[in-house]
Amino acid sequence: MAGAAVDCRNVTVRFVTDRRTVTALHDVSFDVEAGGFLTLLGPSGCGKSTLLRVVADLVAPSSGTAAVFGTSPAEARAARALGFVFQDAALLPWRTAIQNVELPLEVGGRRSLPAGAPTPRELMKLVGLEGWENSYPHELSGGMRQRVSIARALLGGPRLLLMDEPFGALDEITRDRLNEELRRIWQETGTTILFVTHSVYEAVYLGEQVLVLAANPGRVAARVNVDLPRDRELIIRETPAFTSIVAGLRDVMGRAGPRAAQGHRAA
Amino acid sequence: MSTTTLEAPLDPGQQAAEAAHHRRMRRLAWRRRLLPVAGIATFLGLWAFIVWFFEVPRFVAPSPQLVAATLVEKHETLLRNLVPTATQAIAGFILGNLAAIIIATVFVHRKTAEEAFFPVVVLINTIPVVAKAPILVLLMGNGMEPKIAIAALICFFPTLVNMVRGLESVNPQAMELMRVLSASEREVFFKLRLRNSLPYLFSALKIAASTAVIGSIVGEWIGSTTGIGALIIQSMYNFDSPMLYATVIVGSAFSVAFFALIVAAERFFVRWQPANPV
Repeated sequence: MAGAAVDCRNVTVRFVTDRRTVTALHDVSFDVEAGGFLTLLGPSGCGKSTLLRVVADLVAPSSGTAAVFGTSPAEARAARALGFVFQDAALLPWRTAIQNVELPLEVGGRRSLPAGAPTPRELMKLVGLEGWENSYPHELSGGMRQRVSIARALLGGPRLLLMDEPFGALDEITRDRLNEELRRIWQETGTTILFVTHSVYEAVYLGEQVLVLAANPGRVAARVNVDLPRDRELIIRETPAFTSIVAGLRDVMGRAGPRAAQGHRAA
Repeated sequence: MSTTTLEAPLDPGQQAAEAAHHRRMRRLAWRRRLLPVAGIATFLGLWAFIVWFFEVPRFVAPSPQLVAATLVEKHETLLRNLVPTATQAIAGFILGNLAAIIIATVFVHRKTAEEAFFPVVVLINTIPVVAKAPILVLLMGNGMEPKIAIAALICFFPTLVNMVRGLESVNPQAMELMRVLSASEREVFFKLRLRNSLPYLFSALKIAASTAVIGSIVGEWIGSTTGIGALIIQSMYNFDSPMLYATVIVGSAFSVAFFALIVAAERFFVRWQPANPV
């Protein structure tokens, strides 16, 4: 499709080890429109993190192609079109919060900020950490560390933000608050977001669309539109519209195999 | 907890509990300071008592008072002999650790080099210090050089092993981050690996600080006329036990001071909390 932020066609990823060959992804095709918010939902082992890494040029597909804004993932990475938020915040413990946010300016050719892009300080404010700039990671809570890592990923105004279960290790209350703020950040920055999760509620609350993956081998089980208003408060999760989308997704996952059902219960 | 804090000034029970807590902490702090002193005093007392009670002859073992007197009386000789030993230990420490850091850097970037040469390093490390000393004296003569070489060799191995581990045990997600940011190998090394290795490096340096002194002393046992090691051998042949003990104490005191210096440097350079403690 024209104007696609991400376009994956027939992506297959195999990992060969001494004992066996694992097909992490089998013939996966999907796209995300520019400015969209797609959540990748599936049980552990369905290859959703691998898929994200194919888009980020961290894993090369065994066959098939991936394109980011019409270019290869490697070109998109070199052009700093991508921001990546990891499962653990992956902050450098010897750097203060603001120094961690500034890291992208110091490596990979020491770029200066594009004109009009928010400064590290402005990004700290955007993620609600004004006043914590000079704290070290060990002085911050898990939720705050993940906020810093989101600010770091947003530095330079990437057009695509890839998020790999960023809130998976946080308590439910912190997670809810960060979900709400991520929706706000998405609307404020206009960045395309591809978000991996194994929580059905998170997938539906955050996404404009949900791509459901099934395991063994990792493949697309369904793609569901989330027909909810753009401005969402957490309370929307109690509405019948929300509940029926969740029920529909659970049904898809249940039919995709018993392993899938187990996986989402564990979430 | 927050609810009790709100009514803190009004709650006498909490004030009493806090006062009791502070008293307990003060008592613990004093205990920590006094117990080691008491331990050392007991040890010295026991030593003095045994020497006196069994009438141990002076050439077998001195009383602590006699050692203390020798330390004061002979402090000039002792310090004059400490200078070469300390110089060799520090020079060996610097050379050995520098070599280890450089080789660890090469090993991390060139796996082939690690696979080829690590066995050689292990082999050299298996030779005991007392056996290395004569080999190096034959190779390098009777000056300071063989002692520096021994001190350097003894520091080298623990630092190499720790440094390789520190450079390699980088958070995999931080490595992926560097790749997403298109960081060069050089940038990954200076921004990530080197900083990550510091806690590991310092735990090796703390070991090296005391072993470098041991290496320097052992080197002096073979045909040296000055230094703590030579003084130990001389006083043993002269049955001068007070001098022997005094020399050992001076050597140990230097080791402790060297160790303390490294600990201070560690506190200065490693101010963050490592993600996974070494």
